[in-house]
Amino acid sequence: MSDQSKPKIALVGNPNSGKSTLFNLLTGLSQKTGNFPGVTVDKKTGTFKLLDGRIAEVTDLPGTYSIYPKTLDEQIVQEVFLDRTHSHHPDMAIVVTDATNLKRNLLLFTQIRDLGIPCVLVLNMFDIVQLRKVKIDLRGLSIDLGVKVLATNSHSGDGVQALKKIVSQALISSKRPFYDTYHLASKTIDAIKESFDLTENYRAYQYAQQTERLTFLSESQKEEIREIKKENNFYDLPTQSQETIGRYQLISDIVDRNTIQPSDSNKRTISEKIDRIVTHQVFGYAVFLGLLFLIFQSIFAWAEGPMDIIEGSISQFGSWVKSSLPAGVVNDLITDGIIAGLAGVLVFIPQIAILFAFISLLEESGYMARAVFLMDKLMRKFGLNGKSVVPLISGMACAIPAIMATRNIESWKDRLITIFVTPFMSCSARLPVYTILIGLVVPEDHLFGVFNIQGLVLMGLYLLGFLAAVVSAIGMKYMLKVKERSYFVMELPDYKLPQWKNVLLTIYSKSKTFAVEAGKVIIAISIILWVLASYGSGNNFKNAEEIVRSELPQTASQEQYEIALSAHRLEYSYAGRFGKAIEPMIKPLGYDWKIGIALITSFAAREVFVGTMSTIYSIGASDDDEVSIREKLRQEVDPETGEPVYTMALGFSLMVFYAFAMQCMSTLAIVYRETKGWKWPLIQMVYMTAVAYLSALVTYNIF
Amino acid sequence: MKSLADLKVSEKGIIKSFSDEALSVKLIEMGCLPGSEIELNFAAPFNGPLAVKVAGYHLSLRKEEARSVTLED
Repeated sequence: MSDQSKPKIALVGNPNSGKSTLFNLLTGLSQKTGNFPGVTVDKKTGTFKLLDGRIAEVTDLPGTYSIYPKTLDEQIVQEVFLDRTHSHHPDMAIVVTDATNLKRNLLLFTQIRDLGIPCVLVLNMFDIVQLRKVKIDLRGLSIDLGVKVLATNSHSGDGVQALKKIVSQALISSKRPFYDTYHLASKTIDAIKESFDLTENYRAYQYAQQTERLTFLSESQKEEIREIKKENNFYDLPTQSQETIGRYQLISDIVDRNTIQPSDSNKRTISEKIDRIVTHQVFGYAVFLGLLFLIFQSIFAWAEGPMDIIEGSISQFGSWVKSSLPAGVVNDLITDGIIAGLAGVLVFIPQIAILFAFISLLEESGYMARAVFLMDKLMRKFGLNGKSVVPLISGMACAIPAIMATRNIESWKDRLITIFVTPFMSCSARLPVYTILIGLVVPEDHLFGVFNIQGLVLMGLYLLGFLAAVVSAIGMKYMLKVKERSYFVMELPDYKLPQWKNVLLTIYSKSKTFAVEAGKVIIAISIILWVLASYGSGNNFKNAEEIVRSELPQTASQEQYEIALSAHRLEYSYAGRFGKAIEPMIKPLGYDWKIGIALITSFAAREVFVGTMSTIYSIGASDDDEVSIREKLRQEVDPETGEPVYTMALGFSLMVFYAFAMQCMSTLAIVYRETKGWKWPLIQMVYMTAVAYLSALVTYNIF
Repeated sequence: MKSLADLKVSEKGIIKSFSDEALSVKLIEMGCLPGSEIELNFAAPFNGPLAVKVAGYHLSLRKEEARSVTLED
């Protein structure tokens, strides 16, 4: 037991039980996200005040159907409850259930109760139960289950105060187990209880059932348990089936005794009616494609206004800073380095917000499970899994949460392939690159008067990424020789009206994480870049003024001289040298050394492209000329031919390169963590860069 | 022997046993208990997964997984 003055509460329940909404209601804005120690499972904790003034710490555990984990995320639930030395081992548990599906939801509850954890049972979504005219006897349920029972409605917040009141009192653990596993394995349980000094039968039974999964046991302890099991002929799977069936029998009796179903309970629900259309052979796919199409169109159409406002105000802010600070190195660093770089991040927050809004709406409403259902067969042809749909769609927002979402895929091979191909999906960091290049080389016109051509090109780029992902997955499917079963047993939750509060919280936290995380990298890189681009060594840099003056004709104006001088300086700066060094390699793709600099910095994070371009061209341009980055690129002229640099061919070649290249250190880091080694991230980087280079080469030569 | 994969849309059956032990543990946890009623709700196109109604909610599983669920005749 930990310090009683700050009780630790675990919030646990089935997926789709409204657990997270309840968590939001309990903790409000006090919540923090982080990782569980040692593993990369998302951890959400928050605090709230108990009635007696103590502060309780709540952890929102991943949703799971039972104490036996099927996925990595579910594994944490078992660890937190079974490992009494775990830093998140709770003093009590709030078990949240979907009251419309009580029997299945109670299975997990009875398991947690039998581990001797003091708990309270929450029947959530009670409003729907009442709407369906089902009567549940809460008092009877409480007596039969031996715990306090409470009805809540996380939509309206009803019952939350009562819940706070209940957890303020000391909850006691039930002495007698709900379902005693002792008769299933009496000798094994006795031996483990004695060796490990355990009191609850079920805890000892779990040691026997999950020996290999319990990370807190040492190898010699595991060996001891293996011996005990062998001696007593303990077989895990058949015993587990017996246990589950036994629990369900008791649960079923209790639920039937305490509920009254209305006579017309076999009526088709609204969810079933919606499913007729959404999972239809033709309409189903039409709805799916239509939704994707809507997402792209809105990213381009709706985000434009806010983006213009952000771009405009930052540019004004930059000019204001430039004119109010004394001229000099610091002024240049702040305006040309930091503000120019930061503008590149902030400007695409509207697009990220819209994308995450859609993704969270699809999740909240229950549609995502249908998309998984509908796409499974197709995905399997490509070596993926229906459940790969969620990472692939999330990958359009950001590969990092997407790769973490692959944890729901039980099969290692399916999961590895999904991890490998997800970075091909066009993430939001590619958006600013696409946006700027499309705006530069694609006319702002409408096809048939309806479809925005720029929007269509953007959709084409997303499709290109998707195709690359699929083709690579097929290749992986044949190369990876792993014989492993993949399962596809998944709940199709009832459709729900999305909770705006949850959607808004998601948008807020994702946009914030993005701005902060990407912002840090971008500011750092902008500063380094500014230094590299502003300083240099050698005669050509030091004697720039004399060289430029001697090269220019006598008639040149002061302004022409300054432009030529800064261009000359950039060319011979450290950054210019780097760019020049790789120019021979990227020349076939149509890129010059300035783009070369952007490519180098983009290896840290691709969205740096825009910031880099802003920085390079702010330095290259004369000071009082505060035009937007897009205008600067448009005005850029090839010094040899006098033609604009940003032609259609170059624009598309760059877009294709950015569509395929692995330019994100954070993604590599997360792949390293998830695959537990450098092998896969390295293969991924080499492979993606090769695909990017070759495709860009082909693209440049087609135009 | 009739399996869950043989059901037609809207047809009901009673679960008898499972032929795949590893999968059966998962199905039992999800409420597919021997003796309980199961109804085929709809199927995904091109022989894709099935959506069944069991224990008062909707569950999806692949067709080959459904084949391992034996129903009462």
